[in-house]
Amino acid sequence: MSKKTDSNSYTMIFAIGMVLVVGSLLAFLASSLKPNISENKRIEKQQNILYAMGVNENDESSAIFVSTSVAEQEFQKYIKKQLVIEGDNFSEDEKAYMIDVKKEKSKAKNGGTRKLPLFVGEKDGKTFYIAPIRGKGLWDAIWGYVAMDENMIVQGAYFDHKGETPGLGANIKYRFFMDDFKGEHLLDASGNFKGIRVAKGNNDPKNDEKTDYEVDAIAGATITGDGVSAMIKSDLKLYVDYFKTLKQ
Amino acid sequence: MGLLSKKDAKLITDPLTDNNPITIQVLGICSALAITAELKASIVMSVSVLFVLGLGNVVISLMRNIIPSKIRIIVQLIVVATLVIIVDLVLKAFAYELSKTLSVFVGLIITNCIIMGRFEAFALGNGPWKSFLDGVGNSLGYAVILIIVGFFRELLGSGTLLGIQVLGDPIEKTGLYAFGYENNGFMLLSPMALIVVGLIIWVQRSRNQALIEEN
Repeated sequence: MSKKTDSNSYTMIFAIGMVLVVGSLLAFLASSLKPNISENKRIEKQQNILYAMGVNENDESSAIFVSTSVAEQEFQKYIKKQLVIEGDNFSEDEKAYMIDVKKEKSKAKNGGTRKLPLFVGEKDGKTFYIAPIRGKGLWDAIWGYVAMDENMIVQGAYFDHKGETPGLGANIKYRFFMDDFKGEHLLDASGNFKGIRVAKGNNDPKNDEKTDYEVDAIAGATITGDGVSAMIKSDLKLYVDYFKTLKQ
Repeated sequence: MGLLSKKDAKLITDPLTDNNPITIQVLGICSALAITAELKASIVMSVSVLFVLGLGNVVISLMRNIIPSKIRIIVQLIVVATLVIIVDLVLKAFAYELSKTLSVFVGLIITNCIIMGRFEAFALGNGPWKSFLDGVGNSLGYAVILIIVGFFRELLGSGTLLGIQVLGDPIEKTGLYAFGYENNGFMLLSPMALIVVGLIIWVQRSRNQALIEEN
């Protein structure tokens, strides 16, 4: 190394210069690409919600969304109502799907009332109630959408994650795992909330719960699976009161 | 390799065989363990590292005479992180589906020891063209091991390759499963990647005795 680059003042100037260049480059890029990115995210939300209620282009084994170009149309066609539940009141809101579940969760933690979005969809004469859920996996956030009928029996589910391990926890977004939730019950026989557990005991012939309240866990992804059970329990429980009003 | 001189060609072929970053230099083991449960993830990771290491080596090489030696490691880290974030942002805006597949790898690329290792060992002392070749060579050497490990872990652990069932259906009991074959769930756990890498090292060193260190 030449002498020039060893001096303290050069090092300081270089460091400051580098930070300025890199910082402004990234800031410029992030803000100029922001509209595209948020539009992509918005369409993805619509695709996720439609996926949970069974509007998708799945082939035999893999999960495929409706294409991005028709997502908006399909969303208008199948989703009949978008509700926002706040305490005991609920109102319709066309932008309910844009509610940020993460923000609402932290609001509830700080003692505020949480806005709960619920989407009512209709397909082939059947009504679906789709709710978003969000929780923690092993490394980062996991989230999803669960479609239920009026008895809170799961009709379809979609899960996604930010950074679970590929091949292990990341498999929660594969069909073999998501399809397993269909037909599971969230309420017990007397109508109390019970939830669905991602469990390992699914091969046990003596286990009576496996048909209604348990799905098969993924080997090597215990913590992600527990995260899925936990977010189903904590988030879907909040909708029980609304489902009770449907029966009155 | 008519385009490259013998010396340049060696920069690419060496890391593929006798100077492999994983099996000889024992760099990049962390990501080799983490993401090789599926072949597809191994391939995606290999391509990403190829891109980042090739480009990063060139950038560092161009800056090699102005980087203050006291903070060179930090500068290297910033260069990798910037490159990776730029790629991630552009993909998010224009190829959203692809970016979702890659998002898991972003953190793993930044912390990949091979990248820092090549910046430090090669790009800081050589010109951009040579550094580029060295980056490509080393990431290909990394890719070979990753793909071999991914191939065996997915085949033996899940009975699939790239998500396609190649050994028959384990639930319907067709193909190999009809004879009582079972998938080995152990293969999906990361320690098994270490064992597969160990086996590769074993094979490589017994074929080329010169690689064995003396005690």
